[in-house]
Amino acid sequence: MTHDHDVLVLGAGLAGMRAALEAARNGADVAIVTKVHPIRSHSSAAQGGINAAISETDSWESHAFDTVKGSDYLADQDAVEVMCQEAPGDIIEFEHMGVIFYRAPDGRLGTRAFGGASQARTYFVGDITGQALLVTLYDQILKAGVKVYEEWFATSLYMEGGACRGVVALEMITGELHLLRSNAVVVASGGLGRLYEPSTNALICTGDGYSLAYRAGAPLMDMEMVQYHPTTLAGSGFLMTEAARGEGAYLLNSEGDRFMKRYAPNKMELAARDVTSRAEATEIAEGRGINGNVLLDLRHLGPEVILKKLPQIHEMALDYLGIDMIKEPVPVRPGMHYQMGGIRTDVHGATAVPGLYAAGEVACVSVHGGNRLGANSLLDTIVFGRRSGKASAAYAKANPAPAGGEDLLRAEQARLQELLARPYTGDTPAGLRLELATMMDKKVGLYRTDAGLHEALDDLQGFRKRYETTAVGDKGRVFNQALTFALELGYLLDCGETIVRSAIERKESRGAHTHVEHPERNDVDWLKHTVLTCVDGEQVEISFVPVTITRWKPEVRTY
Amino acid sequence: MQFTIEVGRYSPEGTYAESAVPGKPFPAPWDRSPARRYQTYTVDLPEHAVVLDALIAIREYQDQSLAVRCACRSAICGSCAMWINGHAHLACKSKLQEFTKDGKTRVESPPSMPIIRDLVCDMRPFWDKHLAVRPWLQNKQPVPPPNQEYRVPNASMEELIQEVSCISCGACLMDCESFAVNPDFLGPQALAQAFRYAGDPRDAETKERLGEYSKSGGIWDCTHCYECVTQCPKGVAPLEQILKLRKMAVDAGFTNNAGTRHADAFAESVRDSGRLNELTLMPKSIGFFNVVEQLKTLPSAFNLVRAGKLPPLIHKKIPGVSRIKAIFERVGGRFK
Repeated sequence: MTHDHDVLVLGAGLAGMRAALEAARNGADVAIVTKVHPIRSHSSAAQGGINAAISETDSWESHAFDTVKGSDYLADQDAVEVMCQEAPGDIIEFEHMGVIFYRAPDGRLGTRAFGGASQARTYFVGDITGQALLVTLYDQILKAGVKVYEEWFATSLYMEGGACRGVVALEMITGELHLLRSNAVVVASGGLGRLYEPSTNALICTGDGYSLAYRAGAPLMDMEMVQYHPTTLAGSGFLMTEAARGEGAYLLNSEGDRFMKRYAPNKMELAARDVTSRAEATEIAEGRGINGNVLLDLRHLGPEVILKKLPQIHEMALDYLGIDMIKEPVPVRPGMHYQMGGIRTDVHGATAVPGLYAAGEVACVSVHGGNRLGANSLLDTIVFGRRSGKASAAYAKANPAPAGGEDLLRAEQARLQELLARPYTGDTPAGLRLELATMMDKKVGLYRTDAGLHEALDDLQGFRKRYETTAVGDKGRVFNQALTFALELGYLLDCGETIVRSAIERKESRGAHTHVEHPERNDVDWLKHTVLTCVDGEQVEISFVPVTITRWKPEVRTY
Repeated sequence: MQFTIEVGRYSPEGTYAESAVPGKPFPAPWDRSPARRYQTYTVDLPEHAVVLDALIAIREYQDQSLAVRCACRSAICGSCAMWINGHAHLACKSKLQEFTKDGKTRVESPPSMPIIRDLVCDMRPFWDKHLAVRPWLQNKQPVPPPNQEYRVPNASMEELIQEVSCISCGACLMDCESFAVNPDFLGPQALAQAFRYAGDPRDAETKERLGEYSKSGGIWDCTHCYECVTQCPKGVAPLEQILKLRKMAVDAGFTNNAGTRHADAFAESVRDSGRLNELTLMPKSIGFFNVVEQLKTLPSAFNLVRAGKLPPLIHKKIPGVSRIKAIFERVGGRFK
């Protein structure tokens, strides 16, 4: 079947729904295509808060400087300025929509401290900030009557004359493939955490948008910048929010020592995430860990703070480790958390492909550069979600409605049929994914070497060969998750390859990219972005773009 | 550790006929979905593993055809509510060891919801109810300028965290006894969200909301079975929010409805006689002059008589009823 709209938004997390709401406000007929119900989106897992310089004693310049410094000077400063200037307005707008932000005693919005920030400027709702924003925004989508294609899985973008004119998507409940045409498409499909094992990310974070856009010709930027969060729960790898340290929790090694004093004497536990994660890894590697973990100690905060401000992580440690953090420290370790790189966009969310926009984790504006500060990702989603919604609506108005696309629909049908019909050869999508993700964590993780990266590239080529003969173990039409897993694995392979290829290029250590053979940051040669373009759906073209610097010259980065 | 999982399988395409182990059709009294079969799997997992770990292990390595919704694995996204041993739980929060009974754990799509496939149910009834309570802020005027927030006490925001913690998993509705017999009941989740907005100091339509929620299918249709409080994985305690809404509605003057009259009849009877007068409870709740509705209760009254459940025709006061009255006076409120 064919459906026509002005704007299609791929993904229904914070960036996607914010884009859709803005496009609707700008008069566009907008629809959201999402593989899960909007409320299931991974934005809900963001715990700690959202940054903005609102108070009289703070300034957007200070927020912007902290962000630029946190990025290890790889962020584009014009984009950072836009984000930090507009942050207060966007947060207040969400407050007006109904988010129950924490209040100071005078009834105004109150803050907590967060990593890498020179001031407490993180606004929050307990430790469920992402969820509080997501449910409020979902309710606004309901109020606005935005059409949502729920549990529709995107298989490809519809390109016509070099422009993006829609999406082909599989309706999970019926197994029917649909052609959704539109004048503009906003990709807001979130991250790629399933490429790493372990990861804090949900099972649905499979890099769909990166791959779809990349295959359609949109360049990906700074893909080597993969963030490891310093505090993920031992075993399961679930996120223990940075807000714990923001509220005053300590990191301890096996000797009971607050080791961060040796790595970040000023900010201690609240150094930027790349610095803290590397410090933990060093402690563990030098034998001062506890079964490959360090300890997150909240005991001195007392039950009042823990139960009121951090109830969710208290419950998670209790549920999944049987540890009551009021009485005992929690074992944590660095774990893959966030992709700073992504589809290259301008400050309006526009990509190099006409009609194609991107926002949120899948996009790279770039405001996070080499390392994202905690509580800047929610901000990124709502600022650039709104901007891409507005820009895509304007683009849709200025361009004629799309036509055609039936050939693509038939081709996609044939491709899925071929996938379903493949004979069983021994590799399951799940087994292959686990091998891939374990390999990525080992060879393209916190520390990288030339040899490891080249091995990873070879491994990836091997995985791709095996992927081509992987069978789908379910032949039904209704809710065939085996089929969508197989498609997701294809997306992950594309993401893995772009990350490894970018990482091989960058011969320095900056932000999350720590190159053992090139341990120093090198501003002379590497103050630039890596950009990967897929030419004719096959060949990879690597290029470099200088970092935009407006007012903050690179300095030595210490915390 | 070895765990045995019995999974309720169903495919609308009928593709499970050969592989599934034949079993009895599902026995639920209010079943809205077709019969399914149970299939048994054995999985080897660490002792602290949860039901979802088992389902993922099955789906990834034993049977790719098993359909189950899941995403975050840590009780945040709300995807994996399902029936486990006959009650609604999040699979990611239910430890296998605790849920192993007679050597196995039984998992299935909740029979109170339409089924799509295997453990995937149709959540539309749930979302329709959510939408029906108008779950968005109707801003109190004047809305502060774009650079200013509403100034409200932190306590009024903290009061709502419990409801905002709702992850919309649907476990409360799946096991709601009122919903089981009355599909029009708005249900626990929607009414908890109703309180979340009605109780927000920034909302301008609290009174209109209370009027809407007092109608048939609303706050007075809850029977206090506490299933929603027991099953909620996030401590939202929907029933408590429904009780708050009832108090707000009565205080706002929405008393001309069967629910309020029913509650009043209870209180008055106890105050005046020390015990419940069951004979006058129904007429008082329906309204003495609402003859049509009164007549509709006759068949059930007849059934009660036949079953020997007839209340005494002459209602007697208990001895020392004045002391009961004193309690009412001490408590104060509408019945002192």
